Amino acid sequence: MNKTVNVVIAGLGGQGVIKASDILSEAAFRSGFAVKKSEIHGMSQRGGSVTSDVRFGPQVLSPMVPPGEADFLVVLAPDQVEVNRGQLRAGGVLIAPELIDQATLANRKSFNIALLGALSTRLDISEETWRAAIHACLPEKLHAANEQAFAVGRQAAAKL
Amino acid sequence: MISTERQLLSGDSAIALGALHGGVALGTGYPGTPSTEILEYLSHIGGKAQWSPNEKVALEVGIGVAYGGARSLVTMKHVGLNVAADPFFSAAHTGVVGALVVVSADDPGMASSQNEQDNRRYAVAAAVPMLEPSDSQEAYDFTLAAIEISERWKIPVLLRVTTRVCHTQAPVQPRAAVPPPQPHFEHDLRGRNLIPSNARPAHRRLRQKLSEMNEWSETTPLNHVISGDKKLGIITSGVCFMHAREAAPDASFLKLGFTHPLPLRKIAEFVRSIERCVVIEEGDPYLADAIRAAGLKIESKPEMFRFGELNVDRVRRILAHDNSPEPTRPPGKPPELCDGCGHHVVFQALHNLDCIVAGDIGCYALGVLPPYSAMGCCVCMGSSIPIGLGLRHVLPPAEAKRVVSVIGDSTFVHSGMTGLAEMIYNPPPTGHVVIILDNSTTAMTGHQEHPGTGRTLDHAGTGKVVYENLGKTLGIEDVRVFPLGKDCAEFQQMLVEALASEKLVLIVARRPCVLAAKNIRDYEKCATCATAQEVLAK
Repeated sequence: MNKTVNVVIAGLGGQGVIKASDILSEAAFRSGFAVKKSEIHGMSQRGGSVTSDVRFGPQVLSPMVPPGEADFLVVLAPDQVEVNRGQLRAGGVLIAPELIDQATLANRKSFNIALLGALSTRLDISEETWRAAIHACLPEKLHAANEQAFAVGRQAAAKL
Repeated sequence: MISTERQLLSGDSAIALGALHGGVALGTGYPGTPSTEILEYLSHIGGKAQWSPNEKVALEVGIGVAYGGARSLVTMKHVGLNVAADPFFSAAHTGVVGALVVVSADDPGMASSQNEQDNRRYAVAAAVPMLEPSDSQEAYDFTLAAIEISERWKIPVLLRVTTRVCHTQAPVQPRAAVPPPQPHFEHDLRGRNLIPSNARPAHRRLRQKLSEMNEWSETTPLNHVISGDKKLGIITSGVCFMHAREAAPDASFLKLGFTHPLPLRKIAEFVRSIERCVVIEEGDPYLADAIRAAGLKIESKPEMFRFGELNVDRVRRILAHDNSPEPTRPPGKPPELCDGCGHHVVFQALHNLDCIVAGDIGCYALGVLPPYSAMGCCVCMGSSIPIGLGLRHVLPPAEAKRVVSVIGDSTFVHSGMTGLAEMIYNPPPTGHVVIILDNSTTAMTGHQEHPGTGRTLDHAGTGKVVYENLGKTLGIEDVRVFPLGKDCAEFQQMLVEALASEKLVLIVARRPCVLAAKNIRDYEKCATCATAQEVLAK
């Protein structure tokens, strides 16, 4: 991979946008890439819109994905798709919440990780590294549910 | 817990790690986005950190630490430095013995702030050196550099960061820890006592230090040139360096890390070495003004880019002289009061009674938004009580009687207590009603402890300020505690009575924040543990 990969993760406060971006940046870091992850905290716990930018590759300068240059847009809330669509570059991939049937998840709170699973099929990061990143970012009692959600997401990616 | 492994850290965490490795004896501050995580992480990795009631107190404790020969880190958001400005300016005059590093975390674009303010101006005004890191690695390195500079010149140092440095995670390679000095108090009667006869020579000493640091700034690698195309040169600092380097990868750069006092000879040399020189900076034209005042020909951003953060796209526009209107992003969903939040009941009553509400800074500022739209003003920390009094003094009685001041628990401890003293000293003819919205935490910034919770930064038990006792002791005739439930009617009835009494009334409306309630119960259960973190770790 010789160019920077730009990912924008979007949703509402409390959905796990920041946690998903933590795991993605951890996985990229463990894969040896330069990585930057940037988001706006503050009002995020009060149900408002939240986005987090993750950039990785051989070198990363600005921490923010330039407008209209996201390779991937991962959205956790249906009403946040249109708000953020302008972030995607032409030909960029939208991973929308409809991709995952929440009823198939062992724990519905792992929805963010299921969407990461779908994203993972398009990135140059090994499954083993993803698992290690999930383990590093979540408490042990949540590992099984989130690994299940990640697997659901990987399967659902076939529909992308 | 000194790890020198390469790790992924936010700028805030990197500052904390730098402070730990730099031998900081005590970190103090008041929570404020985007600075809050610095002290939380310092405590998490084994450093000593504590919340103060406000930034002025935090800085004064830090000055004491540094007078005692130890190293001190004091953290705050940009507006916090307004509160701490008095000791900040005077500490520059007295100088310090150990190290005093003051972190100002600015919020260009106001992701979570009441104003847009460029605190680089404070370095000039107080005459202290300033460092501006541009990513997490530099946040770590510059914290260590700030400690060195502070000890070398015996002066407070301003470490100025912005939201995108504080809240961006990036790899950090730590170094070996520096051993801390042994604290000891040495009398220096003329140096530490700012009576006018001492302060006059102190000011001259301060200017002498600045002049020496100015020479140093010309040669320090903190300010360095990256050679590139001679047609375009960019002078920049902080996170703007990253945006500009991406927008113009072939340009020459003068990257400034030590931005006060400025290395004007180095800048002049750079400007003369290239055809077109552009200054890229967020906020005020701090660099551009200083460079122009030195008689150098540079370009700077048009006024439209003074507002908000810069990014790669905006830097490209500045470089291309593109002043066309920028595309606006569709508005996202605004935040709102959580379901089950005790503030709902209070704002419903205030709305029903058509009160004129002098509000304050915190989650309850969301009371300004629909459905309540129940706030007349919200200005700065602690302002609700004095502004409410001012309104009461001048409004016609029928209107004055509807004025209520509303303030959160942490904000009250921060700077509400002097407002109560004012209320007792200069009571309005119609009396006044103050409501402390006590949710038992500093909710908006992410549930930090404060003197009213009776727990320290790491959630261990300590002394506790009790507002109702304080109100009575200060001399307020009518002090009421109201445990908030879900029903508004009873609270509203009490508020009607309080307003009609035309007395001075303090209402403590109490209900723990719904997001923090479980943790608070756990901390309380664990009052006998060494630290509450043992429970949290489970």
